[in-house]
Amino acid sequence: MRIVVKLFAHYREGRFKVQEGDFPLGTTAAKIIASLELEKTSPLGVLMVNGRHVSPEYVLREADEIALFPKIGGG
Amino acid sequence: MADKIYRVNMSNLSFKIEEVPASWMGLGGRGLTSTIVAEEVDPECHPLGPNNKLVFAPGLLSGTSASNSGRNSCGAKSPLTGGIKESNVGGTSAAIMAKLGVKALIIEGLPKDEGTFYQLHVTKDCVEFIPVPELVGLDNYAVLDAMAAKYDKKVAVMSIGRIGEMRMNIANISVKDPGGKLRSHGRGGLGAVMGSKKIKCITVDAESYKEVTIENPEKFKEASKIFTKTLQENPISGQGLPAFGTNVLVNILNEAGGLPTRNFRAGNWEHAEKICGETMAENIKARGGKTTHGCHAGCVIQCSQVYNDKDGNYLTSGFEYETIWALGAHLGIQDLDLIAKMDGLMDDLGVDSIETSVMLGLAVDAGILAYGDGARAYELLSHEIPTGTPLGRILGAGTHILGKAYGLVRVPTVKGQGIPAYEPRAVKGQGITYATTPMGADHTAGYAVATNILNSGGHVDPLKKEGQVELARNLQIASAAVDSTGMCIFVAFAALDDAKCLPSLIDMINARFGCALTIDDVMNLGKTILKKEHEFNIKAGFGKADDRLPEFMKYETLPPHNVTWDFTGEEIDEFWNF
Repeated sequence: MRIVVKLFAHYREGRFKVQEGDFPLGTTAAKIIASLELEKTSPLGVLMVNGRHVSPEYVLREADEIALFPKIGGG
Repeated sequence: MADKIYRVNMSNLSFKIEEVPASWMGLGGRGLTSTIVAEEVDPECHPLGPNNKLVFAPGLLSGTSASNSGRNSCGAKSPLTGGIKESNVGGTSAAIMAKLGVKALIIEGLPKDEGTFYQLHVTKDCVEFIPVPELVGLDNYAVLDAMAAKYDKKVAVMSIGRIGEMRMNIANISVKDPGGKLRSHGRGGLGAVMGSKKIKCITVDAESYKEVTIENPEKFKEASKIFTKTLQENPISGQGLPAFGTNVLVNILNEAGGLPTRNFRAGNWEHAEKICGETMAENIKARGGKTTHGCHAGCVIQCSQVYNDKDGNYLTSGFEYETIWALGAHLGIQDLDLIAKMDGLMDDLGVDSIETSVMLGLAVDAGILAYGDGARAYELLSHEIPTGTPLGRILGAGTHILGKAYGLVRVPTVKGQGIPAYEPRAVKGQGITYATTPMGADHTAGYAVATNILNSGGHVDPLKKEGQVELARNLQIASAAVDSTGMCIFVAFAALDDAKCLPSLIDMINARFGCALTIDDVMNLGKTILKKEHEFNIKAGFGKADDRLPEFMKYETLPPHNVTWDFTGEEIDEFWNF
């Protein structure tokens, strides 16, 4: 299935901003986080799929857009 | 030497240095400004008339070596909202006032001679009233230059530009920062109050001060070390904010559908990447600016930055998400350099960069400029407003009055103050803060974005109503307390996620004053402040109907999540049940 992966803040360093890729059915958000070794850069802050906060156990579906942020803040 | 209250009367150009009343002893910052305004200002007074008072008070820990303790509070009845106002700022004024022993500076009355503007120069024993005809008609950087030529370079300066002299609601009070640039008591039109009192600038002597006294220096040092460590180890205050500034929020709000776009018509913007924090950080690195920069001495977070143009020339610092959002997604400017140029100009002019930019976005709906027309926006800001043309006066009155002048329905204000940067329908906890805070729509009053969007202090679903009133209430109580310490509000991220942060902050207060406050005491202080502010507003004529968001948010569905503002009045009013 086709999934769009978007990275932000420190997660972009040495990786990418947006990438579309093929993933096997049943792929979880956690699997993508692990495959990109994101937490070597910084602990996961926020995970959204299609603009909604989800947990890492979320099972992705065709055409989902997953957005991954390290802990960030402002105001 | 014990701290004193410095009381200035502009009606007869006199001053008194008073003992601190016992009931004000344990207060600082917002707690003190709001208490003084509540006790001494007639809530029914005209904000620009003789009975309003302008109050400055450094925080309880300002002037000490505690990290991030350099915030100064300014309070008055706001000409923008008609209610009580506190707006706090970095810069050098808080520490210098605290070291001089100024617990609060209270400015009363209006001069009889309307033709003269004054400089107030505050020293340990005296407040001088210096007529400054040569500064009239100048903006903030020219005032800073004039004061730098006159005094030691460390002198604290608080000033207004032409727009403050004209008493427009968007006028702020600008404060010199350690790098000689400007920080702002931004919100609520406090610059207009200063202009009404015919004060062009206030300087505070930085030569004769002494270090503040600490009752228990050893305990203070110990607690301070722990506190600093919690800020440095927190991924938000230790990594995210220094690297990308507050503008890191553009993309996360955009992803969450909470980035108000085209005057609150959508929750995301197709051009967000052009103005986001990541793009800003790339530009800064490529152009020789600074990604880290503190707004006051002792800041270990360094969320500010120095942003240069393509040729490496300074454009602005303190380049904040809320301003970038308003000129970007809200007004439509895609050129981050032009946004930076406007931000730098707003510093010099002395206007609230949130109110002004929200107002300019609404001016699109009024037909004054086209969406995305940065050149026209710059002209309005650089010419129409500061020269006080009739159009400039309407714009300078702020978002709410512009909406009324042009017969607009979709006016994003609460209690007359422009709504910043977070779409209430898609970040519902923040909507509750906007509706209920006595300050008018103010994101810092109770930053529910932290828990709705950023997963700080847990997670409350931003699109659902459940838990939002309680969240906004707890955050507003905590923020009122933090705003009294002189601490930057960004210590809240460490406080929300690190159990050692808040106790070490309280330990520092206890060591500074030799008291024994508990977390409950500090939270009770927050509750008391909030209630005092609410009572002032009720006496000023506010009611439940003022604790509401703009009506259009109830019947207009916001994409991409297709949500409305669905709280009932009764649900919102539950906020005040504490």
